[in-house]
Amino acid sequence: METRTNNACKILVCQSTGCLSSKSDKITAALENQIKQLGLSKNVEVKFTGCHGFCQQGPIVIVEPEGVFYTQVKEEDVPEILKSHIVEGKCVERLFYHNPVTGEAIPLYKDIPFYSRQQRLILRNCGHINPERIDEYLATGGYAALKKAIFEMKPAQIIEEITRSGLRGRGGAGFPTGKKWEEAHKAKEQPKYVVCNGDEGDPGAFMDRSVLEADPHSVLEGMAIAGFAIGTPYGYIYVRAEYPLAVKRLRMAIAQAKERNLLGSNIMGSEFSFDVEIMQGAGAFVCGEGSALMYSIEGKRGMPRVRPPRSVASGLWSKPTSLNNVKTYATVPLIINKGADWLRSIGTEGSKGTAVFALTGKIANSGLIEVPMGTTLREVVFDIGGGVQEGKKFKAVQTGGPSGGCLPETLLDLPIDFESLTQAGSMMGSGGMVVLDTDTCMVDLAQFFLKFCSNESCGKCVPCREGLPLMIEIMKKITQGEGEPDDIKRLINLGETIKRGSLCGLGTTAPNPVLSSIRYFEDEWKAHVIDKICPALVCRALINFYILPDKCAGCGICARACPVEAISGGKRMIHVIDQEKCIKCATCLEKCPDRFSAVVKVTGEHITVPKEPIPVGTT
Amino acid sequence: MSGGSNTMVIDLKEQIREILAPFQGRQVVLIPALQAVQEKFGYLPEAAMEEIGHLAGLSANVVYGVASFYAQFRTTPIGKKHVAVCQGTACHVRGGARILEAIERALNIKAGETTPDLQFSLETVACIGACALAPTLRINEDTHGKLTTNEIEQLFPKTSKHEEKPN
Repeated sequence: METRTNNACKILVCQSTGCLSSKSDKITAALENQIKQLGLSKNVEVKFTGCHGFCQQGPIVIVEPEGVFYTQVKEEDVPEILKSHIVEGKCVERLFYHNPVTGEAIPLYKDIPFYSRQQRLILRNCGHINPERIDEYLATGGYAALKKAIFEMKPAQIIEEITRSGLRGRGGAGFPTGKKWEEAHKAKEQPKYVVCNGDEGDPGAFMDRSVLEADPHSVLEGMAIAGFAIGTPYGYIYVRAEYPLAVKRLRMAIAQAKERNLLGSNIMGSEFSFDVEIMQGAGAFVCGEGSALMYSIEGKRGMPRVRPPRSVASGLWSKPTSLNNVKTYATVPLIINKGADWLRSIGTEGSKGTAVFALTGKIANSGLIEVPMGTTLREVVFDIGGGVQEGKKFKAVQTGGPSGGCLPETLLDLPIDFESLTQAGSMMGSGGMVVLDTDTCMVDLAQFFLKFCSNESCGKCVPCREGLPLMIEIMKKITQGEGEPDDIKRLINLGETIKRGSLCGLGTTAPNPVLSSIRYFEDEWKAHVIDKICPALVCRALINFYILPDKCAGCGICARACPVEAISGGKRMIHVIDQEKCIKCATCLEKCPDRFSAVVKVTGEHITVPKEPIPVGTT
Repeated sequence: MSGGSNTMVIDLKEQIREILAPFQGRQVVLIPALQAVQEKFGYLPEAAMEEIGHLAGLSANVVYGVASFYAQFRTTPIGKKHVAVCQGTACHVRGGARILEAIERALNIKAGETTPDLQFSLETVACIGACALAPTLRINEDTHGKLTTNEIEQLFPKTSKHEEKPN
């Protein structure tokens, strides 16, 4: 084996789902090969890491110790990075991150506003360590909290510390973690279970995936501490089947932790044993709900049940169970190491610590971010997110996934915490934050969420099972230009009824996106219902495409691309769209060369065009 | 194709039993067993419901009831290339619906269907968790992001004929 000098340089390549989709594994392999060929192995180490959170800029390559941050790296860039940066000491400027607003190039990781304004506690190791090597987690002080918990603390002390820290469930509901542990600890029945909820079903959220892929040991350590505090050797971690890489890395992490006696029997020589079994979800959103998740582990249909009893009294296999989210467990080792006061010093009065958001949609910098509770939406969207992409206008931000709501521009200065979001008609949820610009139709988006929830309804409660399809029917009418004046009122009534009459979190929150959208964007709803127009030009029944006769050059590109042959024309003829045949797929608008820009999209407006193709220049 | 249909059924059952062997005596059985069978065959053959029922001490009905509850499980075969188009929120606002339509046109099948030549099957998924790269899709294990309709044309060239049944 070759030895490396101490001041060796390290090249970090992200290998999480995002960067892997743009072939970062090939970059790692090319780096390794070419470093060998160039005889640089002694001085340069290639290591792969988990997610940096800035997936949009991927694949991401970081050169340490300087911390130079290369974005959108391709396999072909490898020789240049090695020759220029590593050998000649000259950075490859064209691969720097460029501020999407100002165009300014920013070479160093720490200077990029996307990162410099974050406070990464839960994501502390993500992107910095190799998740497939336990030694790297240990080198960051990993498993020291578990050691401290087992050898220096009593279960009651641990629970007291977690309670005092103010930690609340990071899955979205915000239930005090310490209280949950205390009840599970006091429960008499045996065996008890510690369960980790990694069934991140919210479309638009991927933080649990990232943590599991990038730092699985932090979650396992948190679970083991919970096991010690509650008094059980049994842990289950429930992960979505859609996250194969997270499952693979968890398996490796569990095996490595067992080898080191950090999981398994008599951990570190103590009396305490704890083992974790992985259970893969099978694609049911409702299984994110606690009781449904436990039924799913038991091998049943994942249908939530009436509570009480709560799961701390009667959970998995009807035994006392403490169920917490991935991020909650990942926070636990920090609290044990640094103390409750440390977490209390971050965040707001009612919500301590940080929140992780998946910032996506029409945003300049999309990715995974972590900020102290109490940060305003404006700071997140504009300072970290860089504002709306392509210089368009901000319209709303949707938080909390399908159960959340859309918040308008007037609420941008709202400090984000569990309470403030709920009061505004949205919720923290699992932390999806989708930014919307003026091209997004609020009615269409509300319908999208409603369809999602209706599809995922388990069917147990009638208001949810039957009410959501009814709401969808009304919304379908509205988006097709057949809305009646009372439809908005009907939707509000139905929505309130479904919220009151459903059992679990899915039904009680499913109408939120519609209700909050009507609350904040009533004008847009009225435009659909009364004026029969879609101001965002999204709802297909309310828009039309036309080819402007004075701009069409008769090139025929649109006619060839049209999937339904709705465009007639000919060489040097002004092309015409048959409005009856047109399916409004927008292919013509995309294909028409920029120098002509002859295709337009309009709503509630008739544009005069020739009935039949006529020669170019005759208008 | 050689061999009578009876031999095939027996083969299938034996194969399923082999897959299920490691699950004997475990507490968490049903869903992992269904997943293991689907992993192998790409779908759940009817015989699997019975065999898993034997294993878990349940009737085939109950097993089917569980399988049909979860979106992951299919009871019909899938194509060689299984295309899962993300229709999550981030993909929706960035034109995911149009990506799906473009694929439907290119493959001449609707979501939930398989091409007659068994080369491609198409389904929609709620989120594959690669939201920063929206719109996205997955072909078998490979994730593709930041899609445009032009890229769809390259990924699924229209010239390929999927109408013919395989021999």
